[in-house]
Amino acid sequence: MNLILYLSDMILPLVLFYFIATGFLAGRPVYDDFVDGAKEGFSTVLGVLPTLIGLMAGVAALRASGFLDFLAGFLARLFLENLIMPELISVILIKLFSSSAATGLALDIFREYGTDSQIGLAVSLMLSCTETIFYTMSVYYMSVKIKKTRYTLPGALIATAAGIIMSLILSSSM
Amino acid sequence: MLNFLWGAMILIGVIWGAFHGTLGTVTENVLAGTRDAVSLCITMLGILSFWSGILKIGERAGLLERFSRGLRPLIRLLFPQVPPGHPAEQAMSVNIIANMLGLGWAATPAGLKAMESLDTLNDRKGIATNSMCTFLILNMSSLQLIPINMIAYRSQYGSVSPAAIVMPALLATAVSTVVGILAAKVLERTWP
Repeated sequence: MNLILYLSDMILPLVLFYFIATGFLAGRPVYDDFVDGAKEGFSTVLGVLPTLIGLMAGVAALRASGFLDFLAGFLARLFLENLIMPELISVILIKLFSSSAATGLALDIFREYGTDSQIGLAVSLMLSCTETIFYTMSVYYMSVKIKKTRYTLPGALIATAAGIIMSLILSSSM
Repeated sequence: MLNFLWGAMILIGVIWGAFHGTLGTVTENVLAGTRDAVSLCITMLGILSFWSGILKIGERAGLLERFSRGLRPLIRLLFPQVPPGHPAEQAMSVNIIANMLGLGWAATPAGLKAMESLDTLNDRKGIATNSMCTFLILNMSSLQLIPINMIAYRSQYGSVSPAAIVMPALLATAVSTVVGILAAKVLERTWP
């Protein structure tokens, strides 16, 4: 695990080095390119801000009212409590539909338990290795008018389950 | 979907709060939530703008094309029904590479083009082909190599080591992708 943490720290600097070195070798004005990209990133984040305000307010309303605790307790009785924390179940279910809503719940977990707690790490990994299946499927298939999606959904759910199980295993050994 | 979800969140919060005497806390927390969203975005403005800038350098230096060329053999292996040199090949490569780099805005257009292109090979219109199913499963198994958003969130919420998840996330993503591909290959034999 120490090696994994060490590699984690190395990857970002190496990527930075590789991209900028390639830019130099290609004779690009790297800083100009950087600024162009940064502008795009800047407006992306600003574009997300209203969504985030709405969702974090929504999650806050649910949590403060006590409903989230009730739901978590209810889910805990449905699923095995010792196997997976109920908060994680809600994040997983929401993530299938909306990435930003799942993020809202994840941030709530960060606030409550801390980012480096086991559940904090588990949710960090889960959201990093899963996609919004239902959203993606509908956008892609709708674009070519496909009605019968055959094994796409089962296949994607199996992949997602594998990612979630890996996240749980890895976060408990970090 | 999100319209319903979000509306329900607020409505349930208010109704539940009214019955449990927590309406005061609801108001306080909603206001605190919006404040949190803004301060989170300030952190993200820095990290994500920086990252997009770096990726732009790579894109303009031709890394996107270089990577998608390197992906050809894998595409041939995964999509045997796509004839070599078919336009779907390139669109799928660009989509996969863009997903790996976390360039959502570059991934989606290429992905839609790939679907359109794959549909020209479809002789049962309206029904997904094996290539489409495999492509989408691959797409939805998550391919992003560096979860930069998550690193930004973690940094905002006081993680001592926000990037500690990079390697484990890479492992988890690799496993989910491999499992997704295997599932696709097994299911395509059995599904009509």
